[in-house]
Amino acid sequence: MFSNLDLQKFVFGRFTLADIPYHEPILLVTFAGVALGGLAVVGAITYYRFWGSLWRDWVTSVDHKKIGIMYVILALVMLLRGFADALLMRSQQAIAFGSNEGYLPPHHYDQIFTAHGVIMIFFVAMPFVTGLMNYVVPLQIGARDVSFPFLNNFSFWMTTAGAIIIMISLFVGEFSRATWLGYPPLSGADMSPGVGVDYWIWGLQVAGIGTLLSGVNLIATIVKMRAPGMTMMKLPVFVWTSLCTNVLIVAAFPILTAVLALLTLDRYVGTHFFTNDLGGNPMMYFNLIWIWGHPEVYILILPAFGIFSEVTSTYCGKRLFGYASMVYATVVITILSYLVWLHHFFTMGSGANVNSFFGITTMIISIPTGAKIFNWLFTMYRGRIRFELPMLWTVGFMVTFVIGGMTGVLLAVPPADFVLHNSLFLIAHFHNVIIGGVLFGMFAGVAYWFPKAFGFKLDPFWGKMSFWFWLVGFYFAFMPLYVLGLMGVTRRAQHFDDPSLQIWFVIAAFGAVLILCGILSFIVQLVVSVRNREALRDVTGDPWGGRTLEWSTSSPPPDYNFAFTPVIHDLDAWHDMKNRGYARPLTGYRPIHMPKNTGTGAILGALSVVFAFGMIWYIWWMAALAFVAMFVVTVVHTFNYNRDYHIPADAVVRIENQRTAALAGRV
Amino acid sequence: MMHTDTAPPGTEPVFHLEEEHHPEGSTLLGFWLYLMSDCLIFAVLFATYGVLGRNYAAGPSPKDLFDLPLVALNTAMLLFSSITYGFAMLAMDKGRQAATQGWLAVTGLFGLAFLGIELYEFSHLIHEGAGPQRSAFLSAFFTLVGTHGLHVTCGLIWLVVLMVQVGQRGLIPENQRRLMCLSMFWHFLDVIWIGVFTFVYLMGVLQ
Amino acid sequence: MSAETAHHGGAHAHGAHQDGASHGSFRGYVTGFVLSVILTAIPFWLVMARPLESALWTGIVIMALAVVQIVVHMIYFLHMNTKSEGGWTILALIFTVTLVAITLVGSLWVMHHLNTNMMPMSAHDARHAP
Repeated sequence: MFSNLDLQKFVFGRFTLADIPYHEPILLVTFAGVALGGLAVVGAITYYRFWGSLWRDWVTSVDHKKIGIMYVILALVMLLRGFADALLMRSQQAIAFGSNEGYLPPHHYDQIFTAHGVIMIFFVAMPFVTGLMNYVVPLQIGARDVSFPFLNNFSFWMTTAGAIIIMISLFVGEFSRATWLGYPPLSGADMSPGVGVDYWIWGLQVAGIGTLLSGVNLIATIVKMRAPGMTMMKLPVFVWTSLCTNVLIVAAFPILTAVLALLTLDRYVGTHFFTNDLGGNPMMYFNLIWIWGHPEVYILILPAFGIFSEVTSTYCGKRLFGYASMVYATVVITILSYLVWLHHFFTMGSGANVNSFFGITTMIISIPTGAKIFNWLFTMYRGRIRFELPMLWTVGFMVTFVIGGMTGVLLAVPPADFVLHNSLFLIAHFHNVIIGGVLFGMFAGVAYWFPKAFGFKLDPFWGKMSFWFWLVGFYFAFMPLYVLGLMGVTRRAQHFDDPSLQIWFVIAAFGAVLILCGILSFIVQLVVSVRNREALRDVTGDPWGGRTLEWSTSSPPPDYNFAFTPVIHDLDAWHDMKNRGYARPLTGYRPIHMPKNTGTGAILGALSVVFAFGMIWYIWWMAALAFVAMFVVTVVHTFNYNRDYHIPADAVVRIENQRTAALAGRV
Repeated sequence: MMHTDTAPPGTEPVFHLEEEHHPEGSTLLGFWLYLMSDCLIFAVLFATYGVLGRNYAAGPSPKDLFDLPLVALNTAMLLFSSITYGFAMLAMDKGRQAATQGWLAVTGLFGLAFLGIELYEFSHLIHEGAGPQRSAFLSAFFTLVGTHGLHVTCGLIWLVVLMVQVGQRGLIPENQRRLMCLSMFWHFLDVIWIGVFTFVYLMGVLQ
Repeated sequence: MSAETAHHGGAHAHGAHQDGASHGSFRGYVTGFVLSVILTAIPFWLVMARPLESALWTGIVIMALAVVQIVVHMIYFLHMNTKSEGGWTILALIFTVTLVAITLVGSLWVMHHLNTNMMPMSAHDARHAP
C-alpha cells in the first residue's frame, strides 16, 4: 500500500512547494514582471485576433525566412535575460568589498554566472547565428527554401524548447551552480544533488538536437540547392563561412551530446565516468567537452566574419579583396579549430610536450584570422566607403577584435597562461572576441538585412546611438578586467577583500550601464523604425546597392523567394546582373512547388519540454508519457506523404505584378 | 552543378531559368551527414573506453567477463543481417515488393537475435555483480556497447515502420529513398560493431 | 526521424536513383560478405587459439584486420566511391575519419600524459586501487 509520501513522490517526483522561490524578493519581482509582460502579450494577441495567424503563418511555418526571423527574436529575448544576469554580477562585484557582502549570496551569484554563460552562448549567440544563416543562405544561393524545410522548423522549436527549459529554472527550483560547462566533480551527483545541473543538462541536450539538425540541413542546402552556375568558388563569402560553421556544428555538437550523456549517466544511473571514485576521471570530461568547446568558438565567429565580408564589400562598392584567400582562410580555420582544444586547460598538468603542441597550434590559427583582417582593410583601401550603420559595426569590430585576438595569442603561450588562467584577464579576452566579434557581427547583420526582411530600413540615428554606447561601454566594461586579471584577480568571485580593487569594478559596472543604454537604444531603434516605416520604406529590394542575389528579389521576398531561378555567371552575381543591364522578366510565370506547413515541429518541441521537466524532477510517469507521445508523433508524421503543394501561376503573377507596380511607382 | 552555361561572347547571357529548377535530392547526402555526426558520438564513447577501460577499481577485468564464443555468435548475427538487407535492396531495385518485404523481415529477425544475445550478456554481467556502476571500465563498456544496441533497436523500429509503409504504398520513390537511408544506417551500425568487437572484446581479452 | 525533402515528393519525384550511387550487385554483396566472414574469423581465431605468442603482435594484427574490414564494408555494403553525390560523401567521410582520429589519439595522448604527470601510480596499483 502507498503511504502518503510514496504517492507524493510518485506524482511530483522530488518537487515540493519549497522549490518555488517565493522567499527571494529579486525573483519574485522578476516573476511579477514576466507574468505581467506575458499577460500583456497574450492580451495583445487576443485583442488583435492574432492567434490564428500566429499558428498558421509562424509557428507551423517551414519558410526559412520566417524561421530565421523567429531565431533572431529568440536570440534578442534571451539577450535581455543574459544581460540582466550580467548587470546583476557587475553591480554585485562593484559593491561587495570588505564588510559589504553585496546583495547576492554565493549560491545565487553562482547560479547567475552559470546562467549568463549558458544563455549568452547557447541561446543568444547560437540562435542569432543560425537565424541569420537560415534567412540569408537560401536567398544568396538562389534557392526556394532549405533542403529539409520541416526539419528546419523542428530544429527551431527544439532550440526554443531548450531555452524554455532553462527559463523555467528561474521560477521552479534552481539553476546549475557548476559554471557554464558544468565541470565534474562539482556537477556530479555528490556535489550538486539538486535540480540545477539537470536543468542545464536537459536544456542543452534538447537545444543541441535542434542545432545539429539545422547544421545538417544547411550543409545539404548549400551543397545541393545552389542556383545553376554557382560553383563553389562563386559562392558569396557569407555562404562559405556558413558552410564551414555548419560543418563544425555537425562535427562538434555530437561530442557535446555524448559528453553530456555520460555526465547524465553519472548523475542518474550511478556510473563512474567522471567521479572521483571507482576509476572515474573528471579530467576526461575537461578533455572531451573542450573538443566540442573550441570548435564552438569558431561556429560563432565564422558567420560573423562572413557578415563583415558582405558588409565591407557592399559599403565600399568594391569586390571583396582576396576572395580566394578568404575562402582558404575559412577552411583552414575550420580544420585547425579541432587541434587547439587543450589550450583551455594548460594548467591541468599534461606536461611540456602536450602543452607546447597545443600552444603552437593555437598561435598558428591566428594567422588565417589575421589574413582576413587584412582582406577587409584592403577592401576598404581606395573604396568609396559609406559609413552606414553596418559599416560602423564592422569598423568597430576590426579595432576591437584585433585587441581580443592579441590577448588570445598571449594566452596561447603556456607559461603566460599559467599566470592568467582562470583570472579576469581570460574573461576580458573572451568577451573581447565574442562581443567585439560575434555580437558586433550579428548587429551588423541585423542592420544590413533588416530592410530585406521587412521592406524598410532601420532608423539610423538610434542605430548609431546603440553602436556608440555598445562600443564605448564595451571598453569601459572590459578593459578594467584586463588590469584586474593581470593583478591576479580570479573569475567567479562573489566578494573581495582588497578595497584597492574596487575602483576597477566600479568602472566595469559603469561600462555595463553604458551597454544597457546600447541595448535600450536598439529597442528604441526598432520601435522608432516600425513607427516611421513609411518614411524608411524601400521598394527597390536593393537599398544598399548590394552585390549578392538576396538583393535581386523584393523586400520582403515572396514565399518562393525568386519567381525564376537565377543563373549565375560571376561572383557577386547581382552586381554582375545589374552591370550587364539585366531586365526583370514580366511574363512567363509558372506554378511553384513549395513545402507545406506542419505543426509537428512545435508539438515535438513542446513534448520535449514536458519530457525534460519530468526527467529533471524525477517525475518518471511524466517523462515516460512525454517520450511515448514524442515517439508516436514522430512515427505518425512519417505516414504523411502529402507534404507539398504548388503556388498557382496566377498567384505568382499577382505577387510579381504588385512588385512591378511598386518599382514603377518609385521610378 | 548541372548547368554551367556561360553565354558565348556577343550574345545576351541567360540570367534566369524559364523552366522550374529541380535541384538533385538532398536526402541521401543529408542522412550521410547525420551518420557522420553519429560516428563522432561513437568516437567519444570509444575514446572514453580507451582512457577509462583499464580502471577496474579492483573489480573484474575483461578477461574475467567476456565470453568470446557468444560475441562471435553475435557478430555472425549482425553480419547475416547485413547481407540480407543487401538482398532486400537488390529486390527493391528490381521492383519486387514481396521479396523486399521478405528480406527485410529476415533482416529484422537477425537484428532481434543480436539484441537478444546482447541483452542476455548484459543481464548475465549485472547478475554477476559486474554492472555499469561497478567500475569506470564497466561504465564505459556498458555505455559503448549499449549505445550501439540502442541504435540497433531504433533501426529495428524503423524497419518495422518502413515495412508497414511499403505494405501500404508499395515501392514508391519516397519509400525507396527511406529504404536507402535505413540501408546506410544498418550498414553503418555494422561498421561500428567491427570497432566494438575488435577494440573492446578481442583487445580486452588479449590484455 | 525521417528526413524528407518536400521539394521532391509527389509528381516531381525523381526517384532514389538520381543520386548516382549504385545499390550494389548480388556479386558485390556476396564478395563483401565472404571477405567480412574471413576478416572476422581470423581475429577471433587469433585471440581464442593464440597461435601468435606475442600479445602485442596479435593486437596489431587484429586492429589492422579491423581497419581492412571497415574498408570492405564501406566499399561493398555502403557503396562508397569517389563519385557518389559529386564526391561530397567521400569528402565528409575523410573529414570525419580525420576528426575521429584526432579525438581518439588526442584524448589518449592527453590523458596518458596527465595520468603520468598527475597520478604517480603503477599500472598494478591502478588496477587494485579502490
